[in-house]
Amino acid sequence: MKSNNVILRSVARVAVVIILTFSFYLFMNGHHNPGGGFIGGLSTAAAIVLMYISFGIEKVSENIRMDFRKLAAIGVLIAIGTGTAGVLFGKPFLTQTFGHFDLPIFGDTELASAIIFDTGVALAVIGTAVNIILSISEDR
Amino acid sequence: MITFYIFIFLPFLFAFLVPFLYKYLNRQVHTGWFVLFVPLSIFIYLVEYIPAVASGATFEYTLSWIPSFGIDITSYMDGLSLLFGLLITGVGSLVIIYSIYYMSKVREALHNFYIYLLMFMGAMLGLVFSDHLLVLYGFWELTSVSSFLLIAYWYERKGSRQGALKALLITVLGGFGMLAGFIMLIMMGDTFSIREIIANMDAIQGHALFIPALLCILLGAFTKSAQFPFGIWLPDAMEAPTPVSSYLHSATMVKAGIYLVARMTPIFGGSAVWFWLVAGIGLVTLLYGSLTALRQTDLKALLAYSTISQLGLIMSLLGIGSLAVYFGPGETGTVFTVATFAAVFHLFNHSTFKGSLFMVVGIIDHETGRRDIRYLGGLMQVMPITFTIALIGGFSMAGLPPFNGFLSKEMFFAAVNDVSHAGIFGLNKIGMLFPIIAWVASIFTFVYCMIFIFKTFGGAYRPERLTREVHEAPLGMLISPIILGLLVILIFFFPNVLGEYILIPALTAILPGMPISGHDVKISAWHGLNTELIMTIGVVVIGLLLFRTARRWIQVMRNYPQGLTLNHFYNQGLSGMEKRSASLTDRYMTGSLRHYLIYIFSFFVLLLMSSLLLLHGIQIDFSNNAAISIYEVGLVIAMIIAAFTVLLASNRILAIVSLSVLGYMVSMFFVIFRAPDLALTQMVVETVTTVLFLLCFYHLPKMTKKIERIPFKLTNLVISVAVGLTVTLLALSANGHKLFEPITSFFENAYELAGAKNIVNAILVDFRGFDTMLEISVLTIAGLGVYILVHQRVKRRGQREIK
Repeated sequence: MKSNNVILRSVARVAVVIILTFSFYLFMNGHHNPGGGFIGGLSTAAAIVLMYISFGIEKVSENIRMDFRKLAAIGVLIAIGTGTAGVLFGKPFLTQTFGHFDLPIFGDTELASAIIFDTGVALAVIGTAVNIILSISEDR
Repeated sequence: MITFYIFIFLPFLFAFLVPFLYKYLNRQVHTGWFVLFVPLSIFIYLVEYIPAVASGATFEYTLSWIPSFGIDITSYMDGLSLLFGLLITGVGSLVIIYSIYYMSKVREALHNFYIYLLMFMGAMLGLVFSDHLLVLYGFWELTSVSSFLLIAYWYERKGSRQGALKALLITVLGGFGMLAGFIMLIMMGDTFSIREIIANMDAIQGHALFIPALLCILLGAFTKSAQFPFGIWLPDAMEAPTPVSSYLHSATMVKAGIYLVARMTPIFGGSAVWFWLVAGIGLVTLLYGSLTALRQTDLKALLAYSTISQLGLIMSLLGIGSLAVYFGPGETGTVFTVATFAAVFHLFNHSTFKGSLFMVVGIIDHETGRRDIRYLGGLMQVMPITFTIALIGGFSMAGLPPFNGFLSKEMFFAAVNDVSHAGIFGLNKIGMLFPIIAWVASIFTFVYCMIFIFKTFGGAYRPERLTREVHEAPLGMLISPIILGLLVILIFFFPNVLGEYILIPALTAILPGMPISGHDVKISAWHGLNTELIMTIGVVVIGLLLFRTARRWIQVMRNYPQGLTLNHFYNQGLSGMEKRSASLTDRYMTGSLRHYLIYIFSFFVLLLMSSLLLLHGIQIDFSNNAAISIYEVGLVIAMIIAAFTVLLASNRILAIVSLSVLGYMVSMFFVIFRAPDLALTQMVVETVTTVLFLLCFYHLPKMTKKIERIPFKLTNLVISVAVGLTVTLLALSANGHKLFEPITSFFENAYELAGAKNIVNAILVDFRGFDTMLEISVLTIAGLGVYILVHQRVKRRGQREIK
């Protein structure tokens, strides 16, 4: 994927930021509005893939030093971890809970343990998608 | 309650810490010292239960796991599980102390070793404390897996890998049989709980599945406890490090089968099949093990066969003891209760003396570099302490006083004498075989014990045959076998303390219907000059004669043809199976992707179409459909055009782009039908897969318009039309049927139940959280699979270039 495509690069610079912001929005919004860990994770992966396409694998890997395989594994561990957390309180495995809290800036905010589970989902999805695409593209 | 579970699951929880302890602290402190904390604390915790359990109390705890399927981790503590729990953690502590000195801090991958060991310990504890049949099964298989990992611990060695594979194949085969048996039990008793099944015995006895369930469960128990003819995995498992052999393959894991038989005695005991299989196979194993042990020159192999033989002894005692269920409370019943008591007693004794003997072999191996008795001899002068321990353990195994093995061996003789004139199940005809086989096997046992002790420690000391200079083992390595050796002697002098607090509660658990008083099962070393004592004296006299003349006849035994051993049949069977399945698989696994797709699609069409037709499933009903809007018509037209473009495209880029157009059109449908979540997902998935396709197509050759043969094209046409037809019919019929109440109303309460206004997400993370968790696990595994496949290919190509 080595090409000197000025237009793609210029667009990607802006688009990646927008996509990442939007995916974060999708992720956070998932509890009440369309979105969630899977979509958020997948669109984040799309943004990362866009970066790889436009700037080349070497350059991006220099700047994002992250092992996406480990990221996926961490995601799965987080998801399982939230499952076991419920067990410690005597609830069945994977019981999710939620509550309303009065936070300084946000006012009355609902915090749900499902968001931690969702984080795990998102990380697993990002890690796996990027990992597969990188593996195949490195195979020359 | 939570304390109990924290202690039971402590091995699993602690295993997470082990890699860090190893990485950061191993240079200063051997990782084993930290791990020792686990079994020791559980042991102390369990000891606190002894007084309560001894007075007849039982404890029950429930932890919800998957309540919607009725799967809970129901733990039940009675005398039997407490006895096993104490053995697992007690012997476990000693083994870990021993391993600290046995496993080198510098050379060995200790974190792997201790994680596997903790995994085993946790699985074993889970197994013995579980009352839920399926949970028990899960832990049962986990012990097989951890045993596999531990046997293959030195995986660079071929023998280790093969031994591990053999153990896994045989024990998991039995495990599957056991699962089938459990499922039959669950069907008969209509409950998952062992205790409820026992309480509901009337429904089970006389049920058509009673005998099949019995056979299946025994298959599991016999493979695990290395009974004849499944015992061949145990000698090969000796490739594991010695602490593992002494822990898993003599003291605990191989006794899981015994545990299962004991647990199931209230259910199956009293039937003739159960008696003959358990007692009969047990006796055959006893004889086979002791005979084969004589031929061994490797000390560990000798101990492995002796373990098989001793397990057979315990098994046959349990079989004889099951007659107590047949006779019920009364004088005859009590006689056989004593046999069960002897089984439990010998089980405990065996763990003590065999554990110490394995540790002795480990010490000899560690200090001399040899395990072969043909090279060893005269170690008595250089290793006096080790010799003493070996003497205690060996004499106890041979059944000599003043060691605990004498007591349980006498009780064993008493039991076989009693059973020979029980007069039921056809025993009046061949009952005499019981004492005869038992007596002959005991002679052989005596002889191999003598070989073990005196060929290693007696005779002339020949240092020139050994590879290194020999001296006594370090104190740390001696502590554990000394403790076990002391127990061997202490139990001989104070057997009834053990009996009252640990063995009788276990007995009550195995035979719940029997009134058991301490008077019936009093152990005493001296009970007059009776048949049992005469039998023991006979064993010693003939055994000594045989041992003195061993040189003459043992060579004959070693020349036993290899082609007639069980191992030979196993190897033949395995390689035959591999060959058959390879030739069968090669017939359809051609390597052509087109063929694979043909198989997949034809099965898909065949299965779905035939079930649709046979079950009269086709029912098309448009009456409830909404009106078709102009947008939908437009989208469908666009989709059809895109689909045809894919078919007719002359280059790949065009094909890929039109395929993604098709996908985006589908997501437009989701928008029209007000499913924003689906639309979003579909859109992002399309984007990512398009990139993926482009990457994959890089590897493909240029698309050429070649003219294929007519049959080739015809097959493609038939299959694609059939698949399309099937899916369409299926979708329309699914719409036409209303078989069940819709479950939508449940999800509409998402806000109250999960605090989420987005139903889709609430389903994903909460209602069906289990699915999501497993899905992302599968996703991650698939990703790793792709990575490994691609990278191995790259690596192999690189190697070829170097050549």
